[in-house]
Amino acid sequence: MTVAKYFDEMSYGPALEADTEARDWLARHKSSFGHFIDGAFVASASGKTFDTFEPATGAPLAKLAVGEKADVDKAVVSARKAQAAWAKLPGHVRARHLYALARMIQRHARLIAVVEAIDNGKPIRETRDIDVPLAARHFYHHAGWAQIQDTEFADHVPVGVVGQIIPWNFPFLMLAWKVAPALALGNTVILKPAEFTSLTALLFAELASAAGLPAGVLSIVTGEGETGALIVDHSDVDKIAFTGSTEVGRIIRERTAGSGKSLTLELGGKSPFIVFDDADIDGAVEGVVDAIWFNQGQVCCAGSRLLVQESIANLFHERLKRRMQTLRVGQPLDKCIDMGAIVAPVQLDRIEALVKKGISEGAELHQAKIEMPKGGSFYPPTLLSGVQPTSIVATEEIFGPVAVSMTFRTPEEAIQLANHSRYGLSASVWSETIGLALNIAAKLAAGVVWVNATNLFDAAVGFGGKRESGFGREGGREGCYEYLKPKAWIGRKARVLPALPTLKPVAGDFAVPTVDRTAKLFIGGKQARPDGNYSRAVISPKGKVLGEVGEGNRKDIRNAVVAAQAASAWSSATTHNRAQILYYIAENLSGRAEEFADRIGAMTGASATAAKSEMDASIARLFTYGAWADKYEGVVHAPPLRGVALAIPEPLGVAGVICPPEAPLLGFISLIAPLIAMGNRVIAVPSEPYPLAATDFYSILETSDVPAGVVNIVTGSAVELAKTLAAHNDVDAVWAFGTAELSAMVEKLSIGNLKRTFVDYGKATDWMDCTAAEGALFLRRAVDVKNIWIPYGE
Amino acid sequence: MERTGLRATKPDDTQAMAVAKAPSLAHQAQTNGWPRNRGLELDLSWVLDARVNLSATERRVASLPGRRTVKKDAQAAWLLKAVTCIDLTTLNGDDTAERVKRLCAKAMSPVRPDILQSLGMGNRSITTGAICVYHRFVATAVEALGNSGIPVAAVSTGFPAGLSPHHLKVREIEASVADGAKEIDIVITREHVLTGNWRALYEEMQDYRAAAGEAHVKAILATGDLKTLRNVARASLVCMMGGADFIKTSTGKEGVNATLAVTLVMLRMIRAYEERTGFKVGYKPAGGISAAKDILNYQFLMKDELGREWLEPDLFRIGASSLLADIERQLEHHVTGAYSALNRHPIG
Repeated sequence: MTVAKYFDEMSYGPALEADTEARDWLARHKSSFGHFIDGAFVASASGKTFDTFEPATGAPLAKLAVGEKADVDKAVVSARKAQAAWAKLPGHVRARHLYALARMIQRHARLIAVVEAIDNGKPIRETRDIDVPLAARHFYHHAGWAQIQDTEFADHVPVGVVGQIIPWNFPFLMLAWKVAPALALGNTVILKPAEFTSLTALLFAELASAAGLPAGVLSIVTGEGETGALIVDHSDVDKIAFTGSTEVGRIIRERTAGSGKSLTLELGGKSPFIVFDDADIDGAVEGVVDAIWFNQGQVCCAGSRLLVQESIANLFHERLKRRMQTLRVGQPLDKCIDMGAIVAPVQLDRIEALVKKGISEGAELHQAKIEMPKGGSFYPPTLLSGVQPTSIVATEEIFGPVAVSMTFRTPEEAIQLANHSRYGLSASVWSETIGLALNIAAKLAAGVVWVNATNLFDAAVGFGGKRESGFGREGGREGCYEYLKPKAWIGRKARVLPALPTLKPVAGDFAVPTVDRTAKLFIGGKQARPDGNYSRAVISPKGKVLGEVGEGNRKDIRNAVVAAQAASAWSSATTHNRAQILYYIAENLSGRAEEFADRIGAMTGASATAAKSEMDASIARLFTYGAWADKYEGVVHAPPLRGVALAIPEPLGVAGVICPPEAPLLGFISLIAPLIAMGNRVIAVPSEPYPLAATDFYSILETSDVPAGVVNIVTGSAVELAKTLAAHNDVDAVWAFGTAELSAMVEKLSIGNLKRTFVDYGKATDWMDCTAAEGALFLRRAVDVKNIWIPYGE
Repeated sequence: MERTGLRATKPDDTQAMAVAKAPSLAHQAQTNGWPRNRGLELDLSWVLDARVNLSATERRVASLPGRRTVKKDAQAAWLLKAVTCIDLTTLNGDDTAERVKRLCAKAMSPVRPDILQSLGMGNRSITTGAICVYHRFVATAVEALGNSGIPVAAVSTGFPAGLSPHHLKVREIEASVADGAKEIDIVITREHVLTGNWRALYEEMQDYRAAAGEAHVKAILATGDLKTLRNVARASLVCMMGGADFIKTSTGKEGVNATLAVTLVMLRMIRAYEERTGFKVGYKPAGGISAAKDILNYQFLMKDELGREWLEPDLFRIGASSLLADIERQLEHHVTGAYSALNRHPIG
């Protein structure tokens, strides 16, 4: 091309970022890397390696070590050894380390950005302008949390040794999201980067070591899924933090069930991108570019489901197609492109197959007729319109540059379509009417909502999903808790189960018997006979029958879930209203305090004083959660933009509660009160040996204005009922307190819809101890934080 | 009712009102044969429907320099193209005939011939897009430019505040046209926008267009005075409906002149107007663009938001006085590999 030709055509020429330094770095390592363990590169014990390729050309890039058991063991030993010393450092010292890492990233920003672009295939613009600056921001932000940890998280300690498994779509940024909070708060880390994209993690470890990070604090073990599994299964790892597919997330949940490992999962999505007729349409069209043609669409929170109001659908699609025509796909290091290469041929195949499937299911295909690079894994910007909800491309994550679009008629229908998904990661809402936009934002089932924006991220703002998009948050104060554990729960002992009394038959006499009271189940605000029509006896320590309760079965659970789902108005009731009702429950319970105390004594054999204490504590606990109901508030984050991000605690939905065997009244109250205070609806399975306090309780509920379906009570076998609840795909959370086996079972069965679980692994809680048994520790587990980003300005 | 629905995109659409009595194509050589905007009946529902989200607009322009760049030969070509779009301007109280003549000489030879030669562009006649002066110097400039084909643009209608009596503003246009101005840069009455008096703005625009006759009209919105992007969008639409051939950001005298954000909004309105009427309206950012790397971003926006045809002087002008000198230095650097200096290029 000559100047004259460019002058006539006014075309863009190639503008390649130099890769000399990046290639030099590879050459210095002879394009071959070991793991980074205990402060140095080491080969695999087995000597096995695998190749990593350059997506834009398909050429081999480097040889990497395969992490096997000996390697993972070595890394864990090193991390364990370092953890005590690392946690013992004053927060300020850890803050200095984190600060040094942030500065180090900035000093080597271009090298990291270029290596990342080569290794992943994403445009240098994104690595240079987004990934690397955001990563540095994460280290700065979390240096701050280390600095103030002693005062801000005084009642928590680090979790310990953390295994982190990250994906290939944002290799360096995900490293930062994982490593920065973990290290800041006193944990040590074994990180496994994705097999396609390990290089920037290795580069980071090398640079971090040079920046003075102590050996063992951060180890990198490379490898494929098997290596990840070794970390997940390792008995001396205290926590697993995973970002990746929902499929693998499920496997990790299942494998860690009952192990006591803390777990955060950041998984897939099929996030809605909703455009109302009063939106800035051109702005929204550009939003689609940022939503689905960012990082080649390989973004877990990509706005991949366009929902466009019917009245503007034609105009919107015309403009979108026109915009697609000016997108440029090219070499990752070209500074004049919008999209680079798909990470690997296997992903390209998947995208192609799904698009083909979408077309066969009736979608209309539009692909920009633009110049595509030859060779390598490239896929053009693609729009599938007229997609029906029945089509596979409307529900499955494509993880490529493919938007699917549908229309809606009303705001109500927009919400219905948007929320009709197994996922719940993010959402984008476009409207210039504040009332409409915020109302929709509040109703979306998503962990992150962007108003008139998309794909905004910041270290101060929690990121994470609802439903099958996973649990836990990364970033902000809410993210810090994922790397901490409560001091009050350290040293909890294994629960000692009371020996169940045996029935000592006694013949009746001729005295006037008490009027028989039949305890039923309590479902949807009504007393209900158990479906199976069997009963079980409740026997006093002296062997006397105190009464009989219904033997609940799976159908009773099913009915209770239907009732609880129908009570959704409770979740949007005002916090004042919920507080009032909790106080009213306490008031009505106190009116029958003596009777309940007698019941506790009769069932458990507790002394009158002890029974009264439990009674008093129960009333106080109801007051506590009445108090919290309108005070457990969100925060306003201040990310670096003109606007705010509102972190709002939202109820989980319907929660199953398996009450502990001990403390028949206080255990029950301690678990249901925080849940309903936060707006959840509950199906409670009372203490298996001592259920009568809970069945007596339903008349309290009936007289306390608790709406039907908010609290449901099903008596029977804790294990059997927990099994149904944990596997029920319309239950959003299960709290289970009891045996270690119960905990393991609940966690294992929760994978169907990846419900939130809260279990005690058979460790006894002192329910009388307010620091261990009430307050924020429980409230945090009763909500998901939704972050609503609201940029503003006129 | 569909919002801003697509309609037939033919210039002969009955929607297009014959605003001006003047025939199209004022100077054939300067246009690529696009029919001249004939305006449209004032469509208030469209005007009031305009919505612009500031943050979304800012994000688009913020990411643009990372998405588009030109290097080496391509960069030289783009900068040279920018030269052909410059309205080389002097609008100062101390302007004199000799000062204007010097500027005209520069307009006819904006880049040193040896540099053009080295770029392989020696056989092209590279001139600026126009000379832009006050009415007083129109005749001087017309004479100085002779048969170069470079049009003279006159700022008019009580530039820069636009608060002279309306009949005098119309007379001012007529006088400049009589003196040989081929282009008239009018300033709108900002009050009409700030008070929402869209009909007054529309009628004012129609009058100016009629007074200009064959001369092309560039409507200066003075976006720095309008403050909000919504105002900018609405004023853009009304001026196009009123028959503007170009919409232009600023007089250069407001507190804030051309910005990429304002540009994006105005370009999108031009695109929507074409979408509906088929007429291509030109765009002229003015004020504050003094660096070569800045003008490239404007060009990228023109190309990506509007299309290739909007990179030529019939649809794109740049109101600038010091930009040319920076482009000349960049071009010499491209040719020699050494950074250049201002005194190596003739003054304008």
